[in-house]
Amino acid sequence: MEKAQIATIINDFLVDELEIEEELTPTAGLKEDLGIESLDFVDIAVVIEKEFGFKIKGEEMTDVKTLQDLYDYIYDYLIKHK
Amino acid sequence: MNRVVITGIGIYSTIGKNLDEVKESLYNGKSGIVLDQERKDFGYRSGLTGKLERPKLKGLIDRRSRVGMAEQGEYAYMATIEAIKNAKLDQDYFDKNEFGIIYGNDSSSIPVIDAADIIREKRDTVLVGSGSVFQSMNSTVTMNLSVIFKLKGVNFTLSGACASGSHSIGMGYFLIKHGYQDSIICGGAQEVNLFSVSSFDALGAFSIRESEPDKASRPFDRDRDGLVPSGGAATVILESYDSAVKRGAPILAEVIGYGFSSDGSHISVPNIDGPKRAIEMSLKNANISPESIDYINAHATSTPLGDANEAQAITEIFKNINPFVSSSKSMTGHEMWMAGASEVVYSIIMMQNSFIAPNINFENPDEFSKKLNIANTTINKEFNTFLSNSFGFGGTNSSLIIKKF
Repeated sequence: MEKAQIATIINDFLVDELEIEEELTPTAGLKEDLGIESLDFVDIAVVIEKEFGFKIKGEEMTDVKTLQDLYDYIYDYLIKHK
Repeated sequence: MNRVVITGIGIYSTIGKNLDEVKESLYNGKSGIVLDQERKDFGYRSGLTGKLERPKLKGLIDRRSRVGMAEQGEYAYMATIEAIKNAKLDQDYFDKNEFGIIYGNDSSSIPVIDAADIIREKRDTVLVGSGSVFQSMNSTVTMNLSVIFKLKGVNFTLSGACASGSHSIGMGYFLIKHGYQDSIICGGAQEVNLFSVSSFDALGAFSIRESEPDKASRPFDRDRDGLVPSGGAATVILESYDSAVKRGAPILAEVIGYGFSSDGSHISVPNIDGPKRAIEMSLKNANISPESIDYINAHATSTPLGDANEAQAITEIFKNINPFVSSSKSMTGHEMWMAGASEVVYSIIMMQNSFIAPNINFENPDEFSKKLNIANTTINKEFNTFLSNSFGFGGTNSSLIIKKF
């Protein structure tokens, strides 16, 4: 899966489900800029399982700080587990 | 001791989504019961149920407030915003004062079942999502509403089976009366879905008069054959008389008595003595005699034994007085955890508008109900004091006495 496709799926989720109204630039900080709180990461894990078919744990996402980090995290996982 | 007054009421039910709609339905004896084909297809013995639309909360409250809310919490939110408006309260008052919440609720079936299904299938606890636990707990209504309205006072859910809503008002009344709290949002909420109280169907508790849904719930009638499950939510705002006056609140009525008891017998078969003791305690607590009660909103759910036993309990206490009696469950069906609160709201609507809603479908009495003065048509009558009964599984009983202010 291309990174652009991953970004589209994630962005659609952030807008439609998390109802984030801020601009979704790749450098946006998930917590600081987009206001995503710890409970929301559970719902991000749910959408990752649903859309990309793998399970993550919250603690595995400690290095995911920006939107770009999130796209990369999913992309890298999919590449590694092809 | 403080006097305890009601300053706001709100309702979201099968006979109307607000006070005005409900007033019309009560006055006209309109039923909220339907035959639900989905229940029949699912294998229910009875497909009868109260019918209720889910409110659309998107746009009213933010996502985080919505994802933790189960169906009955949504109903409770709608009833509560109406009651808040009615009471002329606002967020500023909640921010500056210690306002509490005690709400009746005794199940949250769908979120519990959905979470168990996901965990079984996926073997992963994360995948239930972030809202699951807040929807699944019995305290889902109070935990959500207390956060939405940023309440700072007492905060818990009261589970007392089909008397939950009534006990919540009784408990709020006691806390305010004895000076522990000035203001409390009370009420009751009930989910309406395929899985809620489904085993009542297996126990044969539901009416099977499917050919005439609006005639299925017939409390006290000789030919009653069971209850009809229903739901929604009702909110009753209680305040001490002093704090209501201080903030210039509208005062709708006064809670003057609360009585409670336990049957001390069977888990599902009610007796006469338990309800009788609850009613007697409420009269004693109100310091009034039975003659002062103008109207009794009966618990009567349309089950053969429950109605007969309540009729006998009422007769033993009110013999020769004959206050009007009706069960609004004839129209709404049995609103379970919500019923004790909604029936207080229904009765206040009647008291404010000088009528007694009919016990529809009361066509022929049985040997016990023939001794009661049952209103089977709408009675246009001013009245000042009513008794509201609520009884539940396990033999929990609650009686409230409310007076016009």
